[in-house]
Amino acid sequence: MAVSVRIPTPLRKFTDGKGEVEASGNTVTEVVDNLEANFPGIKEKLCDESGKLRKFLNIYLNDEDIRFMDSLDTELRDGDSLALIPAIAGGRF
Amino acid sequence: MNFTEEQIERYSRHIILPEVGGIGQQKLLDAKVFCLGAGGLGSPALMYLAAAGVGTLGVADGDVVDMSNLQRQIIHNMDTIGVAKVESARRTIENMNPDIRVNIYNKRLTVDNIQEIIREYDIILDGSDNFPTRFLMNDACFFEKKTLISGSMFRFDGQVTTFKSQDGLPCYRCLYPEPPPEGMVPSCQEAGVLGALPGVVGVLQATEAIKEILGIGDSLAGYLMIYDALSMSFKKVKVRKDPECPICSENATIKELSMYEERVCAL
Repeated sequence: MAVSVRIPTPLRKFTDGKGEVEASGNTVTEVVDNLEANFPGIKEKLCDESGKLRKFLNIYLNDEDIRFMDSLDTELRDGDSLALIPAIAGGRF
Repeated sequence: MNFTEEQIERYSRHIILPEVGGIGQQKLLDAKVFCLGAGGLGSPALMYLAAAGVGTLGVADGDVVDMSNLQRQIIHNMDTIGVAKVESARRTIENMNPDIRVNIYNKRLTVDNIQEIIREYDIILDGSDNFPTRFLMNDACFFEKKTLISGSMFRFDGQVTTFKSQDGLPCYRCLYPEPPPEGMVPSCQEAGVLGALPGVVGVLQATEAIKEILGIGDSLAGYLMIYDALSMSFKKVKVRKDPECPICSENATIKELSMYEERVCAL
């Protein structure tokens, strides 16, 4: 399945500054792995050591948070739009 | 309603709107809104709330105005560099609209003072610049049953949403259960923010607050609005109530306020 993925500003250093990239995969996990293959280093920002989605970043399939679907196992269809949405807080951390 | 001649003229563009009218304007004048932060987001939010005639505005900030703030924090100016931000904000608001009562809190909000401060307000705006304060404000609004209109930004991205956990709707921890750990957030050198970005985000927060006071339109509660200034696009996604939320679910583990440690970055 070919899907589009919206990349937020803090992660664009992995995507040569691109705000939207194409990726492929039958599930969100496969898309994450495909992103990692094309943009090494990005997966660590999305998933923890055990492979679970991090708690300060959400992945949306169209307008729905995948945590409330099948999380990383959520199945995708051709043309779906994924968006990576991290918590942001302003200039200070 | 007992408007003065000046008020009838000042608020005439509201009063002629059927959705506002004299009754709505009186609601605005009677409303009490608290804004956390007199920075990038607080500046436009407070100025538009003041202009609209929101009668009581509270603002908390522990910083003083710095030259580097003026690129985006439009409530301050050259004359208030070195002045406490809350005092600078009060002067601007009072120059804009003498109807507004401004309560200033020249301090950072903590576990010990936040609940008492927000208790006397109807609606809370979060315009803070760090995660520990953002989680503290969410938790305080949950315990005090307050509507929280949250705005945040980073570089070219903005996010706005409304939390009404008192109505069984999601809270900030339903959206983001925990703040990022050290090393998982961009360094301060990578931070920065486009000057006009907080204008958009802060004005969306003010718009939500005004609608909330008037009881008109659709709230952002249950939705997150994402603004990407570079692609000039808005995206609205759903925010679900998390059945495992650490504070607002049946399985809640957080029973009292606490604050994450703030990491100060060395520039």
